[in-house]
Amino acid sequence: MSWSIGKSIYRKEALEKVTGKAKYTDDYSTSGMLHIKLVVSSYAHAKIKAIDTEKARAVPGVRAILIGQPFPLTGEEISDRPPIAFDKVRYHGEPVAAVIADSPIQAKKASELIGVVYEPLPVVNSPKEALLPDAMLVHENLTSYERIEHVYPEPNTNIADRTKIRKGNMEQGWAESEATVEASFSFAPSDHIAMETRCVIAEIRPDGFVVFSSSTQSPYMIKKLMSDYFNLEEGKIIVKTPLVGGGFGGKVSVQLELIAYMATLAVGGRPVKLVNTREEDMITSPVHIGLDANIRLGATKDGKIKAAEILYMFDSGAYSDKGATVSRAAAVTCTGPYHIENVWCDSLCIYTNHPYATAYRGFSHSELLFVFERAMDMLAQKIDMDPIDFRKKNSIMPGDTTPTQTRLNQSTVGNLPNCIDQLKQLMNWKDGQVTQISERKIRVKGVSCIWKTSTIDSEASSGVTVTFNADGSVNVMSGIVEIGTGTKTVLAQLLAEKLKMDINNIHVKMEVDTQTTPEHWKTVASRGTLMAGRALLKAADDATEQLKDIASRVLMCSPDDLEVGNEMVYVRDEPDTFINVKDVCYGYKYPSGYSIGGQVIGRGSYTLRHLTHIDHETGQGKPGPEYTVGAQGVEVEFDTRDYTYRILKAYSVIDVGKVLNNKAAKGQVMGAMSMGLNFGSSETFVFSEDGKVLNPRLRTYVPYRYGDHPEYVVHFLETPYIDGPYGARGVGEIGLIGMPAALANSLSMAAGVDLNKLPITPEVIWKVKGGGG
Amino acid sequence: MHKSEMTLNINGEDRTIYARYADTLLYVLRAELGLTGAKPGCLNGDCGACTIDIDGDSMKSCLMLAVEAVDKKVTTVEGLKNAPIQSQFIEKFAFQCGYCTPGFIMNCNSLIQKYPNADDTIIKDWLESNICRCTGYQEIKEAITSVLSSPHKNL
Repeated sequence: MSWSIGKSIYRKEALEKVTGKAKYTDDYSTSGMLHIKLVVSSYAHAKIKAIDTEKARAVPGVRAILIGQPFPLTGEEISDRPPIAFDKVRYHGEPVAAVIADSPIQAKKASELIGVVYEPLPVVNSPKEALLPDAMLVHENLTSYERIEHVYPEPNTNIADRTKIRKGNMEQGWAESEATVEASFSFAPSDHIAMETRCVIAEIRPDGFVVFSSSTQSPYMIKKLMSDYFNLEEGKIIVKTPLVGGGFGGKVSVQLELIAYMATLAVGGRPVKLVNTREEDMITSPVHIGLDANIRLGATKDGKIKAAEILYMFDSGAYSDKGATVSRAAAVTCTGPYHIENVWCDSLCIYTNHPYATAYRGFSHSELLFVFERAMDMLAQKIDMDPIDFRKKNSIMPGDTTPTQTRLNQSTVGNLPNCIDQLKQLMNWKDGQVTQISERKIRVKGVSCIWKTSTIDSEASSGVTVTFNADGSVNVMSGIVEIGTGTKTVLAQLLAEKLKMDINNIHVKMEVDTQTTPEHWKTVASRGTLMAGRALLKAADDATEQLKDIASRVLMCSPDDLEVGNEMVYVRDEPDTFINVKDVCYGYKYPSGYSIGGQVIGRGSYTLRHLTHIDHETGQGKPGPEYTVGAQGVEVEFDTRDYTYRILKAYSVIDVGKVLNNKAAKGQVMGAMSMGLNFGSSETFVFSEDGKVLNPRLRTYVPYRYGDHPEYVVHFLETPYIDGPYGARGVGEIGLIGMPAALANSLSMAAGVDLNKLPITPEVIWKVKGGGG
Repeated sequence: MHKSEMTLNINGEDRTIYARYADTLLYVLRAELGLTGAKPGCLNGDCGACTIDIDGDSMKSCLMLAVEAVDKKVTTVEGLKNAPIQSQFIEKFAFQCGYCTPGFIMNCNSLIQKYPNADDTIIKDWLESNICRCTGYQEIKEAITSVLSSPHKNL
């Protein structure tokens, strides 16, 4: 019997969220708090000739004004970014000054009076432009920057990092290929659009402690990086994170915290608040990466892929931040979920004069799969093979190796062929890919297979403590940020299952406070349930051992003979001999008054095992643990006359290992699918010729609204991942990653042309079909 | 900064505050009255996260000055008490991060009061003024249709 696993348990913070009581960072204020307003660059690339702050300083209530300084330079892999631009600006929207004032209104008024004189410079407006021999350099002194060991910037170029995959023998691969396709792909940077814009509060206490409250996915990383950048004692940095209003990768980077720290320093440690406007949140803070890519793919006539040669050119924008890590992750899974013996891939992180990139849900996978899965359809068409059969024939299987030459087994890769079979059935594939429904309208299906691993730091760890209350109920403390994924509710479910107890007696602390909550590396990469889940199970074992120890002395038997369940500790084969958990969880008091034990506090931590860096020359290594695989599809209704379309249905069949909370898992997948379809069909920044973002607001950027959604069909397979809690694999991102490719495949089939640019708007289709000359 | 006294009727209580004539209702609710249920998401009417109810109609509180709310009945999410839409949002998993939720709930609640028999077209007309970035909207559709009295097909 399942106590909690698989059940659609409501999220623990549900009542707070529907009553308006749920608090996010900007909902906290104190009297005396000062407010920061940024001045941002109106150019994509320019020298800063002068900054005049005199008029701004005269505004009543202004307490300080910050402008750029040469140091510190910041960045997770390459220290290439001043928190406030110094000497030159490298993207439209970059901070150039910050005003600190008593009220937000005064700060804004003063910010508008700051005069910045720019001397515009030529702009690098795409990765392809960045690689031209005479391209303007975004960073002239790239080699002078400090960097970590495993990043490889190339001097006197705009290349911040290059990851190479060299697997098998390409000559042989091409020789065995009887058919090849070659194509180029591209999409510009876009944005995450979390509904809560980024916000941070900072103060320096009289005892020297620096205290942040931040809407972040990485509270512990803020601690580490602030200590590195500003030479602060890490133990004297406290980061609090209340509920977070969505992140999707966008709140991984440490950015506003740097400015807020410098601001509080400038006003004697008083609390300061910095909250992004929507426009700043879209372009000043980091964005979803863009991509140019070239691919060549070869197969035998009977559909066995023999060679793949791929060049991914990621548009990391003005700074490398997470762009280098994203481009590396793309190399690791560059081929999609297929077994290919001969692979050559270069994945580049490239500087341009665009807003800089950070993680985005799926961490390079929707991006690389758009490229690879479109090429799969093109090649299937060339050898006249059904695109689903072609995919199944090349599916990655236990025993196969990945592009980084990691050998997989059933536990680590799951069952892709089963996913494909189920998708085929759900989509009624045998009825054909195209159905004529009227003189001008057709219905068309397209598919994509998916896979994802998480290439996270090999030493990343997660800790959980569980403490008991005197009534026998349990508190769970984890450094996971509750960002919408419901992971903390899933932790409660895992504990209910493990301790065989009522989940209503398990209380979860939602807020993170780095001083009192055990560390969870970052709330990213669909890793919460695996890492915190494993830590939690260990903490539960630790607590169980303590409960048994105390109970064994009361029940006068060996702890080995005891079990914990139903909020009792009982003798295994004589369950009538028991003591209630509530009578031992704070120790036990004998009738004489003697007492033993004390409050039971269980602790556990977990670090991913046997992960490695990858070899710089060949890509060989094991950078991620398990893979989640799946197959996705889209059905569109396409107007053959004006190229408009409507997405009718979207399908996902995913091998999640184990469903822990059915409705929550489906919700994660549907939400991710919606985001992927939105990215594929309409989301993009529009850049002017001089690199400015023309649509940094919700009215012109066009996120999906109610009614834009298709019908979702979501099915789960359960091939257990042995290392995961109860067999579960990561599920937070996976629903997104095949959607742009499946949409592009359906529309390419519908329009009869290869649609290799995103987003696919009717105008793009019209242009590819030769419209407009 | 000149502030003026004004009395607003919020969630059935008269509240006297000092605000500038230029302050939006959203700003006053959050900064002066501590009612942080209404959320800033764009401050120009695009996202709906700050939706409240004014005299029975849903309104984006970032598009309205506080002074315009004098002599009107303002209801924020904090003023809802066990409205059916609240429990249905929980029941149907109609939120994840929860940031857009107060706005959606207030918009849904006004819609339910005004058009208890709303069909899919009316629902879409109303709810497309709010953005949710976590769900795929399917769950929100299930929540609102389960409260409305007429039967609903898929959109």
